[in-house]
Amino acid sequence: MSSPIQLQTDETFVLNVGPQHPATHGVLRVKMEMNGEYIVNAETVIGYIHRMHEKMGENKTYPQYLMNLSRMDYLGALGYSHGHVLVVEKAAGIEVPERAEYIRAIMVELNRIASHLFWFGAFVMDLGGFSPLMYALQDREYILDMLEAVTGSRLTYCYFRFGGLYNDIDDDFIDAARRFIPRMRKSLIKYDKLVTGNIIFRKRLEGNALLSKETCRKYGASSAVARGSGINFDVRKNEPYSVYPDFDFDVPVYHEGDSLARYMVRMKEMEQSLRIIEQGLDKLPDGPIMPKKKPKLIKPPAGDYYQAVETARGSFGVRLVSDGTKTPYRLKLRSPTYSNMHLFDESCRGMMIMDALAFMGSLDLVIPEIDR
Amino acid sequence: MIIEKTKLAFQKLLPATEPEPPAVEDPGEEVEEEKGKKAKVKKEPRQNGVIECDYAVHGYHLDAQVAPEQLIEAVTIVDEAEFFIESITGVDWIKEGQIEVVYDFSRYDFDTCRVVIRTRVNRDNPVVPTITTIYAGANWHERETHDFFGIKFDGHPHLIPLLLPEDADFHPLLKDFKA
Repeated sequence: MSSPIQLQTDETFVLNVGPQHPATHGVLRVKMEMNGEYIVNAETVIGYIHRMHEKMGENKTYPQYLMNLSRMDYLGALGYSHGHVLVVEKAAGIEVPERAEYIRAIMVELNRIASHLFWFGAFVMDLGGFSPLMYALQDREYILDMLEAVTGSRLTYCYFRFGGLYNDIDDDFIDAARRFIPRMRKSLIKYDKLVTGNIIFRKRLEGNALLSKETCRKYGASSAVARGSGINFDVRKNEPYSVYPDFDFDVPVYHEGDSLARYMVRMKEMEQSLRIIEQGLDKLPDGPIMPKKKPKLIKPPAGDYYQAVETARGSFGVRLVSDGTKTPYRLKLRSPTYSNMHLFDESCRGMMIMDALAFMGSLDLVIPEIDR
Repeated sequence: MIIEKTKLAFQKLLPATEPEPPAVEDPGEEVEEEKGKKAKVKKEPRQNGVIECDYAVHGYHLDAQVAPEQLIEAVTIVDEAEFFIESITGVDWIKEGQIEVVYDFSRYDFDTCRVVIRTRVNRDNPVVPTITTIYAGANWHERETHDFFGIKFDGHPHLIPLLLPEDADFHPLLKDFKA
């Protein structure tokens, strides 16, 4: 009988997480150099579903590219479309009717709640709790049904047009949305009781993956990652766009910088989105959803334009370099999760692997959006 | 105001060799300004220097064009003023034989200021210094820009393909790229 292999205490090994792994929520791969249960070093490998959306942008006319944006982030697609239509409208000088902007804001906020709900369920499932996912999906289903009735699709919306919308909302939608708000508020209380107060849940997240303000700044983190670290940054407030200045809402900020803070920010954000939807429905003006005068062919004047919007995952930016023709000369998509994920490599050093996976869950990753 | 402060710092770094083009501020002359700009691009390349832009038109406040050697200093200015890095990208100006590298910075506080730093390099040998020593988050952005444009970031610790396949030897966002 041979003697058992003796592992040296300072010996490290490489653990490959992904690209097919349930904790990575898609095709993301992390090469982790481990010392026992502890991570010595990590390298994130992305690009498994890279589709070169930016080159497609250069080859398609402006309206043809509309549907590409919703293929980036399949959970919160409307926010991304919003950024794209805003930058082209700004460049080409297209006026948007007020009603259209209100409906856009309502839709984006609904989509944000749907995205956060899915994240909530998946995050708790990462930590070992299965049933919250089922509750979350039930509420999300309600939103998807509403959005489907108006936009025609459940995930990959192509709803916004330059200057307005593809379809006006009807009384059925308004009724459904009004019914949804109290239902969702009730659900949030339920989630609070079910998950937030759970001692196992709290013990796993408190003090997990502390991110400093400086780390966030050096990596350009946004959304709940920045707001969980005490940074009061929300593009809707910092650089108001669309009709967001008309709404009264707060930006939840937590100062702890741990995974629980990031969780709390997103949960509170859903409440604020509900407030925006409520106000939007109250204030919704009558009128057309498309401008009367709209250029037949969209040819923005030559120049360089930038627009940032706050999506469910953070600050999303579109840079449009136009040369005055009907296709963009260059279209850069700055995706928020790309920056949020990037700080994982540095921050997970010294963590135990299950803590690192909890950290990864708290970043709210959507891989097609990183890879574009 | 941070816009003024940053502008002054840039002007110190980039002393204007000729009278600066007027900032696009008067909304009445916007159309003319645009036309003037268009014509200018065709006639002569833009000089290095900093321009204050109309936020409502372009979506950023300051636009600084620097020489590649001045890049580190320019990025240090925004780093010391506590800007965060938004993105790095490139634009291939094939007719002029140049590639532009574009750096976006923004702020977390309510003193809103978006800064764009651009630098132009020769298309045949595109090399710019890395800024990963200043902004750790520039790492992936630079790797991505290297993937798409073949720009070499001098001093980058790990310049291998990020989004493209690991054996990729093509740069798809170059205008002369044929699939």
